[in-house]
Amino acid sequence: MSASHITKKLSVLLGLLLVPGIALADYALNMTQGVTEISKDIYDLHQLVMWICTVAGILVFTVMIYSLINHRKSKGAVAAQFHESATVEVVWTVIPLVILVAIAVPATGVLLDIEDPSKSDVTIQVTGWQWKWQYNYRDEDLSFFSNLSSDSNEARQLGADPSLMAKADNYLLNVDKPIVVPVNKKVRLLITSNDVIHAWWVPEFAVKRDAVPGFINESHFTATKTGIYRGQCAELCGKDHGFMPIVVKVVEQAEYNNWLKTEKAAIAAAAGDSNKTFSHDELMAKGEAVYKANCAACHQADGSGGGPFPGLVGSKLVTTGSIEDHLKLIIAGKGIMPPFGAQLSDADIAAVTTYERNAWGNNTGDTVQPAAAKAAR
Amino acid sequence: MSDHPTGIKRWLFTTNHKDIGTMYLWFAFTMLFVGGAMAMVIRAELFEPGMQVVNPNFFNMMTTLHGLIMVFGAIMPAMVGFANWQVPLMIGAPDMALPRMNNWSFWILPFAAIMLVAPMFMGGDFMDGQGPAFGWTFYEPLSGQYDKLAFFIFAVHLLGFSSIMGAINIIATILNMRAPGMTLMKMPLFVWTWLITAFLLIAVMPVLAGVVTMMLTDKYFGTSFFDAAGGGDPVLFQHVFWFFGHPEVYIMILPAFGIVSQIIPTFARKPLFGYASMVYATAAIAFLSFIVWAHHMFTVGMPAAGELYFMYATVMIAVPTAVKVFNWTATMWKGSMTFEVPMLWAIAFVFLFTIGGFTGLMLGVVPVDFQYHDTYFVVAHFHYVLVTGALFAIIGGVYYWMPKWTGNMFDITLAKWHFWVSTISVNILFFPQHFLGLAGMPRRIPDYALQFAEFNQISSIGAFIFGGTQLLFLYIIIKCIKGGDKVSDEVWEDAKGLEWEVPSPAPYHTHVTPPTVK
Repeated sequence: MSASHITKKLSVLLGLLLVPGIALADYALNMTQGVTEISKDIYDLHQLVMWICTVAGILVFTVMIYSLINHRKSKGAVAAQFHESATVEVVWTVIPLVILVAIAVPATGVLLDIEDPSKSDVTIQVTGWQWKWQYNYRDEDLSFFSNLSSDSNEARQLGADPSLMAKADNYLLNVDKPIVVPVNKKVRLLITSNDVIHAWWVPEFAVKRDAVPGFINESHFTATKTGIYRGQCAELCGKDHGFMPIVVKVVEQAEYNNWLKTEKAAIAAAAGDSNKTFSHDELMAKGEAVYKANCAACHQADGSGGGPFPGLVGSKLVTTGSIEDHLKLIIAGKGIMPPFGAQLSDADIAAVTTYERNAWGNNTGDTVQPAAAKAAR
Repeated sequence: MSDHPTGIKRWLFTTNHKDIGTMYLWFAFTMLFVGGAMAMVIRAELFEPGMQVVNPNFFNMMTTLHGLIMVFGAIMPAMVGFANWQVPLMIGAPDMALPRMNNWSFWILPFAAIMLVAPMFMGGDFMDGQGPAFGWTFYEPLSGQYDKLAFFIFAVHLLGFSSIMGAINIIATILNMRAPGMTLMKMPLFVWTWLITAFLLIAVMPVLAGVVTMMLTDKYFGTSFFDAAGGGDPVLFQHVFWFFGHPEVYIMILPAFGIVSQIIPTFARKPLFGYASMVYATAAIAFLSFIVWAHHMFTVGMPAAGELYFMYATVMIAVPTAVKVFNWTATMWKGSMTFEVPMLWAIAFVFLFTIGGFTGLMLGVVPVDFQYHDTYFVVAHFHYVLVTGALFAIIGGVYYWMPKWTGNMFDITLAKWHFWVSTISVNILFFPQHFLGLAGMPRRIPDYALQFAEFNQISSIGAFIFGGTQLLFLYIIIKCIKGGDKVSDEVWEDAKGLEWEVPSPAPYHTHVTPPTVK
């Protein structure tokens, strides 16, 4: 069977394979232009370099294909014996050099804009954790964690019902608490990490910067359009690297001010929580939410654990062990379990402890109050 | 002449460059299937959104071991296998300069591979395997969290020993054992590229050994090279790693350039165009490879001046690389070409490697790299360079020299099937990954948002076809070893070079009296 015959057969096969897909899908083929000046500059630069490469590729490939067609023995071509030419070598060394300069000049300009975080309006410290982001509005005394939303988290478990993915809002790209920033304001990011290296990436802003423990990286963006923009961690950071998305809500200044006010009021309201006494049901409800956001990634939503992560159902510590040891483990961590003391409030810790001691048939009947968590610290 | 031991002893104790070359090639081929099976797991998990096949940690283990095994187990040993077989044949030497060390440098490899993979089988359930899961680049501090780090570190040390000894041997052979009249500038280009590669290996393997030793003392002896809490710097790890890692990329591709530079002139029936400039371009690429390492870490937070320097230096590599592509094109130009199987692979190499070269240039431009970095665009780029580049050259080289090694012609029809199915499926596999990266899909994730589903599915289909087709390659090789049409000493019409002057199959000892090169 001749080679061309084979190619023909394969291309038909390939065509059949692709056609139904093309009919169904919306295929994104190119980089986003984004919603900042810099992201548009980067897009333009990408187009420039890509077209230079495409044209150069077409030229070189055309010469090669012409040669492959015409300079073949079966067509009676007799091999010429030339094998060097200093002139030609110089020409095709200089031409790429000139093209490279044509790329490097605009690239340098864009880069210097990117690396200038001065004159910013809002400063947010971004801290990567395994596997969530923490945002700290430096001038506002406002700090919170942002986790993968619970519907996505349920749908992404091994062997989960596939229909959950379609039901989840923006599967894998949604969080429980997005950050909010004002439109047309320069937002400066101070990016760091609490454990391993992560990278904060939102394609629409063209910001991708590593979060390095012990070091602070600076970046910035000025979104010119309101809306919700999504991104992901871009640097492998362990097991759940694929499950720590980023959501940024860009809003008008007035809405931003309102949001800040509401958030601060909520914090003020919660501040008293560590001195409060809650009912068992209140603690269970709150505890379930805290558990899903912080614990379920390893211990599973049904407390069954898996691999190196112990199950909590009927576990000795959680059922018959002392409440104080249970609290201390959550606060201080152990082995691969990170310490949660700094991430969770006394009320959160008390609630999740109560939840773990009573959920999934553990039924100890224990009620753990924030004061106990405070004392265990 | 055949006064060597037989059976298992022949292979354990051999100091013969052909036996050792054969063992290297079979080892590499085995690893290609091990690493390839892991790639199939990766593509099966990514076939659809959602988690269906493995858990996230197992997925990370697959990407990590796939990369390490393909780089250190498949591509590098295959190139050393070619060097062992071909360098003595091509320069008119009876054997390698240091035959006992040659034996040792091979036999380290299987143990290194076992040590690397062994933790995968520790842990209760298979899915809870304890293999490394921090990416083939093993960035600190993530790798420092790994319980069984010592296995990984000692595996890397062993691989390093093996590579350094192999490199010393190749340099000693090339510099000391050429036949009379074989001046440096008359050496076949494959020999030249390996000479330069061997110097790269000697330069950077100790750096790799250094970085894993720093990891070892950080983990077990209380130092803080990479731990900020103890005054260290996690970014230092990346600088040291990539000072090894970037030359490593050229260690994998320069011998591939050499193989292609042997194949194209043979089937164009025309001498290689710009032989001297090919040598200088190889040396220039090797030099540049030492001064561009930080382009792998543009997002790590370097000063703008540093980023500009590494951008300028990086895009400069396009010049010698373009010169090479132009020279291959000029070699074909006005030739009298035929399209035997090795030529098909070499031509596919020139086309597809060039695509990988172009995306490499794009990645070198810092501002746009901020969008490309750590996405599938990068994955597509380095697979074009390493699969359709290095691996295609290796496969082409096997078809080119296998008739000399076995005395038999392989099954040409099957080999053409192998070529066409591989070449088409490899593009179905990797080309859509460019789009995925541009659309914003990060690499090394086990599950993805729904908008990435279609291209992932296409890519996975390509992967299954490409992976399956390599079983055909195994069958073709076994069939060729067992028998086939007898080939002449020259094998290919009017092939030039000392390897085509020895009998086919090449006897156990060749060039016992040195040939004379005019």
